[in-house]
Amino acid sequence: MTAIRAEGLTLAYDDRTVVSDLDLQIPPGRVTVVVGANACGKSTLLRALARLMRPVHGAVLLDGRAIHSLPTRQVARQVGILPQAPVAPEGISVLDLVGRGRSPHQTWWRQWSTADEQAVAAALAATGMTDLAHRPVDELSGGQRQRAWIAMAVAQQTPVLLLDEPTTYLDLAHQVDVLDLVTDLNRRDGRTVVMVLHDLNQACRYADHLVVMRDGRIAAEGDPAAVVTAELVTEVFGLDCRVVPDPVTATPMVIPLSRHHPARAVTA
Amino acid sequence: MTAVTPPTPGAAAAAPEPVTPAAVRAVTTATPEPVRAKAPDTAGPFKVGASRPAERPARALRPAVLGLPLRPRLVVMCVITALAAFGVFCLGLALGDYPVPLADVVPALWRSGARGTVFIVHEVRLPRALTGVLVGAAFAASGAVLQAITRNPLASPDMVGINAGATTAVVAGIVLGFGDTLGTPTLGLAGGLLGALAVYLLAWRRGSTGFRIVLVGIGVSWMCTSATDYLLTRAKMHQAQEAVGWLVGNLNGRGWEAVRPLGIAVAVLLPAALLLAGWNRNLQLGDDVARGLGTPVQLARGLLLLVSVALVSFATAAAGPVLFVSLAAPQIAQRLARLSAPPVLLSALTGTLLVSGSDLLARHLLPDVDLPVGVVTGAIGAGFLLRLLIRSNRAGSGG
Repeated sequence: MTAIRAEGLTLAYDDRTVVSDLDLQIPPGRVTVVVGANACGKSTLLRALARLMRPVHGAVLLDGRAIHSLPTRQVARQVGILPQAPVAPEGISVLDLVGRGRSPHQTWWRQWSTADEQAVAAALAATGMTDLAHRPVDELSGGQRQRAWIAMAVAQQTPVLLLDEPTTYLDLAHQVDVLDLVTDLNRRDGRTVVMVLHDLNQACRYADHLVVMRDGRIAAEGDPAAVVTAELVTEVFGLDCRVVPDPVTATPMVIPLSRHHPARAVTA
Repeated sequence: MTAVTPPTPGAAAAAPEPVTPAAVRAVTTATPEPVRAKAPDTAGPFKVGASRPAERPARALRPAVLGLPLRPRLVVMCVITALAAFGVFCLGLALGDYPVPLADVVPALWRSGARGTVFIVHEVRLPRALTGVLVGAAFAASGAVLQAITRNPLASPDMVGINAGATTAVVAGIVLGFGDTLGTPTLGLAGGLLGALAVYLLAWRRGSTGFRIVLVGIGVSWMCTSATDYLLTRAKMHQAQEAVGWLVGNLNGRGWEAVRPLGIAVAVLLPAALLLAGWNRNLQLGDDVARGLGTPVQLARGLLLLVSVALVSFATAAAGPVLFVSLAAPQIAQRLARLSAPPVLLSALTGTLLVSGSDLLARHLLPDVDLPVGVVTGAIGAGFLLRLLIRSNRAGSGG
């Protein structure tokens, strides 16, 4: 089981420090969800976990070794990343896109193997994209397009999968669809999943381990049921709210209060 | 979308039970495969790669997936284009003031046949024809690489300052009189590299993006063009004439001394471009995705840029900036192969066909007038590109 963790991680864009002195242990084989207000550094953290940016201080450790000291391809065989709202080249087919997920496993003398072919077929099947394999990605609906990208990451067959807001721009049904798919990948294949999500209620439903970030630091982490309280939401998001059990999953559900809908108007 | 939604009972996967493989299969294909349902996968595919009969793809998918690395349409198009290019090449060797029968052309290439025929084909016409072949391949392959890196068809070398840099250097050589000592290929390469370096440095900030390269490149291109124009105004009459004759792109009077450096350059750089194509394919998905797929983004882009610049510089040095080839040929090739980015080899073959064909036309279109090839490539390339754009717009897939 590939173990990934951050140690004393400080990340910055030029002079602007975004994440400071952060320690984080990603539980292997579980779904970790990172939440936080806008610009709290959650996407930056994910990029650093994927070796997309070099830390100013500290390190991301993959099986105990600093990820930046490892060869790019070796990292790419262990950690897959799907950035937020990726753009596919015009006219590329789903099959072609998913096939590129195999490139960390290929060399210039061995371009395509049966293993690649099986991985692509399995990724298409797992994401329900088999019937759409020959369609151009830009002709698909938003939900299908996101599935195609996830299929590419699945074909990469990495034990760790990082997803940056995989539900952005999707309608609610497709959000649920994509999150269910990610859960399948975790439960069926035992992949470690780390994803950044915007929606706290979805995060509470799908996370085994919730990481709440504020101003580049971890404000709280753990089982969502233990972590998410009205006080925490107020502190981190600056939002007055009530936290009630989700009627379907019994996980915490955040009901925001507002100026027009203050707490006293709610009958308990 | 409903067809591909996993049929989990209840909304939002309330139950934490895993989706059974049978359910997944039911979603993906209708093919019944009872073995699969009996073997629920608990381990990841990355763990036990060998023992995974359950992940065997459905039979209906096999040929399609097999087609992915081979791309049969691309192969067929390459063969057709290569044959057409060879035909035009032979025709170019056959036609002229002393026509040689087509049947005698190919043997004459290996110096067999009548002495007069061998002389005409081998010494008089072959260098020009070969220059055309190589120039076309080099311009087009260079364009294919650059358009693919930048994800932008406008970012061909003749738009982003590389061509213009090479041109300025060669014209400076002619006008200021150091062209003969340094040699046109060296000057072209130096100018092209400087132009590209300027673009790369000015556009380089936390990793270059395609769009920045295009914008900065157009700026650099105009600066070089201004410099060329300034040099021309200072030139003496015969120098200006020589420079302008070269500026429009010309294969006229090219001998073996033009073929050799270009031939070596293409023999080294074209395979390099083909080897780097895998990295280039990943770069098209965006820097973050490419890096996530294990591509060393900056190194890959640097090498690809170098190959592209070198190809276009050598070609420009040999024949001048032959207009439109590096822009149009990759786009034509991309549409012929129906791919999402220009394929290098097919682009090179298309470029060869375009330049050889244009030169044939340039020589025979008007009686007693030997037009520069650049005039014809401009007209043909632009026309063909327009037609393709209109057709693909009608088909609704955009340009």
